[in-house]
Amino acid sequence: MTVTIDPPVTAPPPTRDAADVVRRARRAPIRHHRRLVAGLVLVVLGAFAARVLLGDYTVTIPDFVRILGGEQIPGATYIVMESKLPRAVLAVLVGMAFGIGGAIFQTTLRNPLASPDIVGVSLGASAAAVSAVALAGWTGWPVSLAAAAGAVGVALLVRAVAGDHGGFRLVLAGIGLAAAMQSVIQYVFTRVDEWDVQLVLRWLTGSVNGVAWPTIGLLAAVLAVLLPATAWAARSLKVTELGDDTARGLGVGRGRTDLLMLLGVLLVAVGVAAAGPVAFVAFLSGPIARALNGGRTTLLAAGLVGAVIVLAGDYVGAYAFADLNLPVGVVTGAFGAPFLLWLLARGPTGRRAA
Amino acid sequence: MTATATDRTTARLEASALTLGYTDTAVVRDLDLQVPHGKVTVIVGANACGKSTLLRGLARLLRPRSGAVLLDGEAIHRLPTKQVARTLGLLPQNPIAPEGVTVSDLVGRGRHPHHGAFGRWTSEDEQAVAEALTLTDTIGLADRVVDELSGGQRQRVWIAMALAQGTDLLLLDEPTTYLDVAHQVEMLDLLAELNVRRGTTIVMVLHDLNLSARYADHLVALHTGRIVAEGTPREVVTEDVVRTVFGLDNRVIDDPVSHTPLVIPVGRHGCRQAPTATQENR
Amino acid sequence: MTTLVPSREDVTAPHGGGPARRPALPVSAAIAVAVLAGAGVLSLLVGARAVPLEAVWDPSHPLHPIVQVRLERTILGFAVGAALGLAGALMQGLTRNPLADPGILGVNAGATFAMVIGMTALGLTSMGQFLPMAFLGAAAAAVLVHAIASLGRDGATPMKLAITGAALTAGLASWTTGLLLADRKTMESFRFWQVGTIGGRGFEVLLTGLPFLVVGALLALTGARLLNTLALGDDLARGLGRRTTRDRLVIALAIVLLAGTATALAGPIAFVGLVVPHVVRSLVGPDYARVLPFSMLAGAALVVVADTVGRVVLPPSEVQVGIMAAVVGVPVFLALIRRTGRAL
Repeated sequence: MTVTIDPPVTAPPPTRDAADVVRRARRAPIRHHRRLVAGLVLVVLGAFAARVLLGDYTVTIPDFVRILGGEQIPGATYIVMESKLPRAVLAVLVGMAFGIGGAIFQTTLRNPLASPDIVGVSLGASAAAVSAVALAGWTGWPVSLAAAAGAVGVALLVRAVAGDHGGFRLVLAGIGLAAAMQSVIQYVFTRVDEWDVQLVLRWLTGSVNGVAWPTIGLLAAVLAVLLPATAWAARSLKVTELGDDTARGLGVGRGRTDLLMLLGVLLVAVGVAAAGPVAFVAFLSGPIARALNGGRTTLLAAGLVGAVIVLAGDYVGAYAFADLNLPVGVVTGAFGAPFLLWLLARGPTGRRAA
Repeated sequence: MTATATDRTTARLEASALTLGYTDTAVVRDLDLQVPHGKVTVIVGANACGKSTLLRGLARLLRPRSGAVLLDGEAIHRLPTKQVARTLGLLPQNPIAPEGVTVSDLVGRGRHPHHGAFGRWTSEDEQAVAEALTLTDTIGLADRVVDELSGGQRQRVWIAMALAQGTDLLLLDEPTTYLDVAHQVEMLDLLAELNVRRGTTIVMVLHDLNLSARYADHLVALHTGRIVAEGTPREVVTEDVVRTVFGLDNRVIDDPVSHTPLVIPVGRHGCRQAPTATQENR
Repeated sequence: MTTLVPSREDVTAPHGGGPARRPALPVSAAIAVAVLAGAGVLSLLVGARAVPLEAVWDPSHPLHPIVQVRLERTILGFAVGAALGLAGALMQGLTRNPLADPGILGVNAGATFAMVIGMTALGLTSMGQFLPMAFLGAAAAAVLVHAIASLGRDGATPMKLAITGAALTAGLASWTTGLLLADRKTMESFRFWQVGTIGGRGFEVLLTGLPFLVVGALLALTGARLLNTLALGDDLARGLGRRTTRDRLVIALAIVLLAGTATALAGPIAFVGLVVPHVVRSLVGPDYARVLPFSMLAGAALVVVADTVGRVVLPPSEVQVGIMAAVVGVPVFLALIRRTGRAL
């Protein structure tokens, strides 16, 4: 073959213009993301404040600060310290865990339908936890361990059934296992001697109510380990998104992807251990965050969106109906399902190739 | 047909008694191949002859059943993935462009193998991306969203990403399949320039035999998982080889533009028009 | 692999065209009836307290009352199982979807939700009042799921139907829980019914639902020919001259009656409708003129056997039939996914 160009020399360095162009082009999406995260943090803080300070019983900010300082204001201290504040804090922690866990699944599996709450991972954690609590009488961190085991077990089973061609087979297998886990949970209820509605609501739909501070502390401690690990592992997420082969070509092998998925499963598991399988938070957070970020995947924003959803859901559940205290799972389930249906009605449910 | 002595000593990538398969059957059998360094190697063959499988084996995407793929003398599967990624670049058949991703972002992801455990983006990365975009003439598309580009532009962007990886070897699996003729030629010209300018060793699978003959320095013809012929296009593209490999009755003439072999298929209804007087006299 | 497309021979010569290795029709029928009878007797004898055979026909035997109770349960189980098996076969034929089941596609959830609305918001109490709500809910769910899944170029693929059904089921479950929280006393009785149970329902309940089951079954059996032609593809079916829309509506009505009544009587039981038609098809072939009646028999046997096993597997308590059905059904579902994976 004849090539009629100059004899081989090293290419001239790209002009300063080219490097500038690249720098500017890279900056725009990064800036957008930063602004988005800042905005979401503000929204989370606002929702948090609303949850703690407003509602049936309004607490002023100075009073709140005094309560935190340890002062005993009759009435207010109890409600804030024993009800509103723990619920709000738990909502944020659980929302972040589910939001990030869900986004990891959806991105790694390249399918928005492959969310841990749809493919049975949350329900697996829940089934394991409720069995431990109701049948074996466990409490505290062994329950979290059981939840983790349940979540990992279901994840492995789903992966085994789907084989290496994930995609739709994986989602269907997940639906089947979700139904199975639901049966386990329902069975445990029929075995529970006392009529404990709280138990039912927590483990079947998810609720941030009635959780003691030690449990919340435990969740926070575990997240303090998992979240940084996720941040580190997620650096390869941008490459994993490009498809298995391309990812491999860029040095990201199966092991890395598996690690990321494992972290996602664990995040969901600890969230479930604390608050039950709050429906649809994991499923909705990722797509919403992505829509706000110009279509680009973002775990951090997904976590923040999750926190907002759980905070808002808990608020609505507590105050929407006069004498009814709906658990957050009922609210998110009631709104999440129509959203999922809308998503299905709208169009293709997977990513297309380049 | 064997490669020349000089090529053998400078082959960085080679297959040795390689057997590859997906399930029980072997698709590539006991194959030896030395990829000549600094040259453009094209693998051709009929559908399902194993050419994509061979490329995937060379690219470390498939584990060998027996035999080995060697990179710089070491079994490629024993080397850490990132290290391989710094030497060997890959453009697979159906790369997925995530939604909303810009050209500069996507090309930037090609720098991943050069980032360590806590890698940060350096000016060196920036230079590499700028160079890649300039070489592929996509610098003007830097802030466009990849989804919105045309097929030809998108393919150039993917090549830019592979370029940004800064590897000495580049493997491409059917890079021209979904492109129209003009873009196919444009793409192959780009790869040829790359090979000349940077000395990148290129290995690609192409389905178009004539384009392969035109652009390849070293041509490898595969048939049912074995190499039937190997060498320069002139050595490989003969009527006999084409008949064996493609099962096609054919004539081979000299391409008037590039002076490489040009395959003319002889079908049953190849001559629908009656020949004119001038053609008859030729 | 079980095939859902009957060959020409099977369609035009239903009573002799099958491959030689399948048992002849009378033999299969005899086996099915024998299995059913065996299941029934077993159900009467087995339980927390084993009952000797004489207690069954000797009214003066001290254990006879237990047999009475179990008889109610067994007959209800037969009825519900037959209805679910039949509904599942109809759904799989109508949607050409090997993974169809009234539970998976949200039909049961619709019936449940409507009934709970009736219980809590409308204060309904009797089965006669529940049934129309159940039908309404089942029909609405079926329409919604099918409509949403049909959007898009590729129409109502098995995948989309399953996911839409799952989404609807999850959403309705949330709304149901919300309603029950407003009405605590209903929730207590609900937690057992929600699981799917045939124990302690009472004979009158069955009698109220029976006419609807019979009508549903009759409508279904007339639909066998349509299902056979549908299996060949919509266009071909139209070309062969059936009025497909009207006939399909008849089948859909049958599904609503069968699944709705079954859910009203025994609570939502999933997976029976999924598993039974596959087993039946592998034994008697793809001709719906055979598949439908055999699905009734097999469904009836499955539910009664599941109930019996549930009574003895974890003494002294009882595992409800809905849970047993899931225990059996989910592995089958997973295996089916592996098999039919490529077609999805």
